[in-house]
Amino acid sequence: MIRNVLIKLALMAPGMVFVLANAAYAQMDQMQMQDEAPSDARDPHAYSDGFTLTDGPYALPGPRQLKLADEHRFWAVIGDRLEYQEESESTVFDVQAWYGTTYNRLVVKTEGDIVNGTLEESSTDVLWSRAFNAYFDTQLGARVDTYDEGEDRQWLALGFQGLAPYWFEVDVTAYLGDDGRTALSAEAEYELLFTQRLILQPRMEINLLGKDDPENGLGSGLTNMSVGLRLRYEFSRQFAPYIGVEWTGAFGDTADYLQAQGENKSTTQVLAGLKFWF
Amino acid sequence: MNRLFSPLASSLSRRRFVQGLAVGGVLATIPAALLARESAQTALGSAPVLSGTDIHLEIGQSLVNFTGVTRMATTINGSIPAPTLRLREGDDVTIRVTNRLSVPTSIHWHGILLPFEMDGVPGISFKGIAPGETFVYRFKLRQSGTYWYHSHSGFQEMTGMYGALIIEPRSGERHEADQDFVVQLSDWTDEDPMHVFSKLKVQGDTFNFNQPTFFDFTRDVSDKGLKAALSKRQMWNQMRMNPTDLADLSTATLTYLMNGTAPAGNWTGVFKKGERLRLRFINAASNSFYDVRIPGLKLTVVQADGQDVEPVSVDEFRFGPGETYDVLVRPDDEACTIFAQSMDRTGYARGTLATRQGLSAPVPTLDPVEWLTMQDMMGAMNHEGMGHDASMEGMDHSNMNMEKMDHSKMDHSQMDHSQMHGGMVMDHSMHGMQQGSQNPLAKPSTSVNHARTEYGPSVDARVDTPRTNLDDPGIGLRDLAEKGLRPVGHKVLTLADLQSLDGVLDDHRVPEKELELHLTGNMERYSWSFDGLEFGRSTPVSLKHGQRVRIILQNDTMMTHPMHLHGMWSELETDQGELRVRRHTIPVQPAQRISFLTTPHDLGRWAWHCHLLFHMDAGMFREVVVS
Repeated sequence: MIRNVLIKLALMAPGMVFVLANAAYAQMDQMQMQDEAPSDARDPHAYSDGFTLTDGPYALPGPRQLKLADEHRFWAVIGDRLEYQEESESTVFDVQAWYGTTYNRLVVKTEGDIVNGTLEESSTDVLWSRAFNAYFDTQLGARVDTYDEGEDRQWLALGFQGLAPYWFEVDVTAYLGDDGRTALSAEAEYELLFTQRLILQPRMEINLLGKDDPENGLGSGLTNMSVGLRLRYEFSRQFAPYIGVEWTGAFGDTADYLQAQGENKSTTQVLAGLKFWF
Repeated sequence: MNRLFSPLASSLSRRRFVQGLAVGGVLATIPAALLARESAQTALGSAPVLSGTDIHLEIGQSLVNFTGVTRMATTINGSIPAPTLRLREGDDVTIRVTNRLSVPTSIHWHGILLPFEMDGVPGISFKGIAPGETFVYRFKLRQSGTYWYHSHSGFQEMTGMYGALIIEPRSGERHEADQDFVVQLSDWTDEDPMHVFSKLKVQGDTFNFNQPTFFDFTRDVSDKGLKAALSKRQMWNQMRMNPTDLADLSTATLTYLMNGTAPAGNWTGVFKKGERLRLRFINAASNSFYDVRIPGLKLTVVQADGQDVEPVSVDEFRFGPGETYDVLVRPDDEACTIFAQSMDRTGYARGTLATRQGLSAPVPTLDPVEWLTMQDMMGAMNHEGMGHDASMEGMDHSNMNMEKMDHSKMDHSQMDHSQMHGGMVMDHSMHGMQQGSQNPLAKPSTSVNHARTEYGPSVDARVDTPRTNLDDPGIGLRDLAEKGLRPVGHKVLTLADLQSLDGVLDDHRVPEKELELHLTGNMERYSWSFDGLEFGRSTPVSLKHGQRVRIILQNDTMMTHPMHLHGMWSELETDQGELRVRRHTIPVQPAQRISFLTTPHDLGRWAWHCHLLFHMDAGMFREVVVS
C-alpha cells in the first residue's frame, strides 16, 4: 500500500521538480528585477560628507578597530542525512559544511553510500557560494564523483541553493565534465511541523545526465530519482534522530543497466538516521 | 562536539531556564584579590550603591549560577547588576575603571551627555581599556534622571556588565516618593553569547519554539474553513516570513532576571502601607523586550529615558533594551507582583512589592503568542481585515504590487484611502511645496526613499506604505480587553502618550535638513543593517555642530528595534511635525516610519545602533560624526 503511494508520488516527482525548479528560477528572475534598485534610489552614503570610518574629523588614528559580526567569518557543519537504509544495508551520508561571511562562503557538500565498510560511491562538491538575492546563493566550483566499481568523474559545477517561496529548500546544480559530459541534479526539501519538535520532511532528488556513462552504469536522460519522507524529533534544533521511508528509482538506460546486473530498477527502503548541525 | 550536544542537555533542564534558581546569582568573584574584599556571595537584588564624585569600578570575572549550572560572568565590582551609581546633577565626576580581565573592556554611560572621548565605545570614542589598565572617565553631569551603564565591548554586557546610574536633580525630585527602587530587567544565557549568535547564522529560527504547525492549520481549517486557513498563511509562506518571529532569542536559551534575580528567586521591594514608591525601570537586557505590569496597580509614568514627562497613568508598558521608565505607584495590598513578560511570550521576569520579605502575590500566566499582522509587515494597511478571506485576497494582490511597485509611480486611484491610517502616506496635498508659505521641513516628509543598497541580499523586505502613527502599543498588546486578556479599560502606554514636560524640549527651530534612514535585515541570513549596509560597509552620518536636524527612521523589518543614539537627544515628533518627547532610545515598530529631531552640542564621533545586542553586532550600527 505504502509502496504504491510512493510509486505514484515518484511518478509525479519529475514533473514536480521541474515545476519547482522553474518556479525557483521564475522567482529568482522576478527577485532580480525587484532587486535592481530604481535609478532614483537613495545613495546610502549621501549623509557622510565624504567621511569614512577611518577618515575625517575625530577618527581614531591607525587601522579601524571596531569590527562587528558582519566582518566576522562563521562556520557550520550540517548533517542533513546520516542514515542507515535497511534494504540495501547501506549507510548514507549527506553533509554540508561552510565557512565564511554572510555573503561569501566556501561550501563543501559531500554525499555517498557505505556498504560493508566500503565507500560504494560518493560525490563531493567544493563551491564558492555567493549571495545572489535575499534567499538564494549562486554556487560555482567543482565536483568529484568516486565509484568503488567504475570510473571516477570530475566536473565543473554551477548552481544555486536557497529558500524558495512557500519554504522549499532548493538546491540545483548543473555540471560540465570531460568529453562533453553534462549533468544536472536537483533537490527539494520541505518541513512540516506537527509540533515544535516533531517534524516531517518530504524530500525529493533527481539526477540527469547528458551522455551515457556505461562504466558507471548510468544512461543519458533522467538517471534516477528518490522521494523520501523523514519524521524527526528535535531534541534540540541541532540534534534530531529520525525514521523514514524512501523510494528510489532508476530510469531509461540506467534502469536497463541495473536490470542487466540482476538488480531492481527501483527500491523502497525503510531508514533511520540523525539530522544534526553544529 | 560540545557544540553539538550542549543544547540537548539544555533542553532537558528547560524548567530551570524558565524559572531559574530561587537562590542564584553571583557565587564568587575572581581574581582572589577581589574575593578577599567582597563577600563570597553578593546579596541578591540589592546591587551595592556607590555615590559621591570619585568612584572606582573593577571589571573582573565571577562565578554565577542562575539556572543550576555554574558559569563565568563578566562583572563590575563582583555584582550583577553592577553597583548602582547615585550621582548629583552638576557634579564633576571621576570614575576610574580598572580592567582585571584578560581581554579589553569598556564602560558606556547610556544616555549621558558628555565629551565623546568619555563615551566608552571602543574603536569610536577611545581605544578601549586594555587588560590591567585603568581608564579615568571624567565628565560633568549636565542632566538628571534614571540612566544606566554597561560594557560596549563584544558581548560583555550580556554576560553581566550592566548597572543603574541615577543622577539626582540639583533642585530635588519633582515627584516626592517615600521609597525609591531600581527595577533593572535583564536576561542571562548559560551559553557563550558568540556561540548563540553563530547558531542564528546557521538557522535564524533556532530559538523560536512557537512556529506555526500543521495542527494550527487544521484547527484553523475546522474553525474558519479551508480557504480562510490557507489565505491566513499565503502571504507569510509566499514571502518566507515567519509570523511568530517576535524575538531572536527565547527561554530556549535565556533566563529573564529582575535585579539580577531569576523568577523563582522573587526579588522583593519592601514597603510600608500607604507609601508612595518610585520604581526606576531599566531594560538592561541584551535582546529582550519586556511588557511590564503590576496587576491591581496603576502605574504613573513620570519619566522616560531620564527625562520628565507629563505624568500619564497606565496599566502596562512595553520597553526594549536601553529604554528606562520611572513609575510612581501606591500599593494597597500586602504584596503585588511586578510581572515583566518577554515580548515573545516564552517567559517572564518577576518580583514582588511587599510589606515584608517572603510575601508573594499571584503571578499572571503568560499571554498566548500572537501572530504578527499585515500592519507589522506592510504598514499602513487596515488590519481589521486580517484573517477574513475576502480582504485577505485583496491584500495578497496589493502585496504582489507592493514588491514591484515604485512608490513614486504608484497609482493612488487604485488604493482604497479608507484603508490607510489617517491617509498620511498618500495625502500629497499636505506635503511639501504645495503648502505655499510654510517651510517644507516643518513636517517630516512622507515619500518613501529606499536606499539603493536595500536592493540586494542583505534585505528581505522593503516597506512602501509605512505607518506613521505613534499610538500602537505593538504586537501582543493590541485590543487586550477585547481578547479577554485584560480587564476592560486596561491602558497600555504608547509613544503617543509621552509628552516631555514644559522646558525639557528647549529647541523649537524648524530643522535645517532631513535625513532618512531605513532599518533593514534578513532573518534567513541573520544580518541586520541600516539601509541594507552593515556597519563594516557603511560610512558615517555627518552632522554639523549646533544644527537642528530631522532624522527619519523607517523600519523595513518585522521586528521592533530600540534605536539608541549616543551623545545627543533624540526628540521624537509626530508625523505632523509636533515635538513630543525627548528620548535617548526610540523603539521603532515593524513597518513604522518615525522621525525625531536632534541638535548635536558635543563634537566627536558617536555610535548609533539598535540596542538589541545581536542586531547591533550583526551590523545595525552607524557612526555619527559631529563637526
